[in-house]
Amino acid sequence: MEIYLPIADLPVNVFLLLGMGLAVGFISGMFGIGGGFLMTPLLIFIGISPAVSVATVSTHIAASSFSGAVAYWRRRAIDIALALMLLAGGIVGTVAGVLLFTALRQLGHLDIVISLSYLLLLGSVGAMMVAEGLRAILRARQGKPVELRRPGSHTWIHGLPLKIRFKQSKIYVSAIPVCAIGFIMGFIGAIMGIGGGFLLVPMLIYFLRVPTNVVIGTSMVLTLITMASATILHAATNHLVDAVLALILMVGGVTGAQFGARAGQKMRSERLRLLLGILVLAVGLRFAFDLIVTPNELYTIRTVGEGP
Amino acid sequence: MRPTSRRQIRAVCAMASLLLALAARPAAAERLVSSLSNHIVQITSNFTGVELTLFGTVENGQAAALHNRYDIVATVTGPRESMVVLHKERIFGIWMNAQSRTFVDVPAFLEVLSTRPFASFADAEMLRRERIGIADTPLPQQLGPRVTDASPDDPFRQSFVRIKQERHLYGETTNGVTFLTPTLYRATIFVPAEAPVGTYDVDIKLFAGGAVIARTNSAFEIVTVGFERFIASAAVDHGLAYGVVTAMMAVMTGWLASVIFRRD
Repeated sequence: MEIYLPIADLPVNVFLLLGMGLAVGFISGMFGIGGGFLMTPLLIFIGISPAVSVATVSTHIAASSFSGAVAYWRRRAIDIALALMLLAGGIVGTVAGVLLFTALRQLGHLDIVISLSYLLLLGSVGAMMVAEGLRAILRARQGKPVELRRPGSHTWIHGLPLKIRFKQSKIYVSAIPVCAIGFIMGFIGAIMGIGGGFLLVPMLIYFLRVPTNVVIGTSMVLTLITMASATILHAATNHLVDAVLALILMVGGVTGAQFGARAGQKMRSERLRLLLGILVLAVGLRFAFDLIVTPNELYTIRTVGEGP
Repeated sequence: MRPTSRRQIRAVCAMASLLLALAARPAAAERLVSSLSNHIVQITSNFTGVELTLFGTVENGQAAALHNRYDIVATVTGPRESMVVLHKERIFGIWMNAQSRTFVDVPAFLEVLSTRPFASFADAEMLRRERIGIADTPLPQQLGPRVTDASPDDPFRQSFVRIKQERHLYGETTNGVTFLTPTLYRATIFVPAEAPVGTYDVDIKLFAGGAVIARTNSAFEIVTVGFERFIASAAVDHGLAYGVVTAMMAVMTGWLASVIFRRD
């Protein structure tokens, strides 16, 4: 059944979109992430323009992170103070990201910047995750205890001023790195159409030492608000958010996430991290492939002024 | 009555009959009458393109049709828009858009239908003058301060036409018009889902003896209706409100999911 997408301006099969929503939702539930880094490229590969894909996926992630955040809220696994401090940077980052997005689109370089950002970010993060995952599995094979990465209790980050105590996370850190992390996530989220859960969770654990029981819930609050603001800003400035496309994706996504979460609980965590790393790396390599291999069609056409 | 006045009346009568004869001559020549199966195409959620039937007759053509061969060319021109053609080049090992050309106010849709290949009923000069076919349709480009039509072998123009043809937005169908009787013709116009909304002009020309002897035109409109129209216009006219509502929809969906799938 074909449905006409009003903003993307093309007909797409509804079941294909629902299937993509379910599949990405399953993976996002399994790993406890938003899944934007998979959804945005998938939409680009089925022919939706990168600009519409990025803007619309932000709506999809807002929905999936809200349903996740509600679950963590019920378990009191969210550090509200930390989330608010992250958001202070996150909102500014989102606004900056949407402004850059608009400028790049006017210059005609948006698509290449999106592709390069995916290649560089997912390629490097994916490679690190795979290496880390393989090391963890090797250690487990050799019978050594799984090393809990909690390096020396003081790094340079803890020497920064403006220290604040976050009671629920039991950490005492400077507001500067917290805001900076929020800014980075908001910024790349708005440009790449990702919530960034796969980046944010490790950053919060390694740099700020946020305990694992509150880290996912807190990161979901940040993702929810930055992605909801990105939706509003993309809609207000570039008119690129396709509500019909977003609705189909999120219905599939939130459903798939429930089954993914159950599947994820049955798997060993180091194996899960390795799988996620392989997935991230694969998406990065796919972008590399498109950038390096000679395309079949060297010319592209697009309408000036309106639309993608 | 005086003889002079009688002569005057005779002269007036002669002039009148001559004028009548002159006026009657164009009336006796061929005239094209044409219509479309529908004049408004509505885009709904399951829109996958539309087929329209163009039909018409050559009036006063019965006698002439016996010794004259008629040929019909119907040119469907969609709304005009400016397009950018980007050319990728390998820079530092990666393929990126390096050169671009802007085509100014070119048809978003162009379909030329005819009874026979163009060259078999008119010479190149006539085809150029009447702008028959894609090659003879001006596609002006912005070249520095000037807006000019490039030669048909310009690579940007060729690529533009090729991509448009692949998307079925440009096309030539040289057997697209058929004569059902010596004077009754019909043609099928296919407009794909990708074609933009707006007014589509249909220009019909009758060729005989290597020249255009009659012409007419018609038009149809593609409009979005209902929900799609509401969404598309809301997104552009009330971007902020649209964004807020969409974000709220996302939150509602997420909340519903957390209620439906609640496991504790």
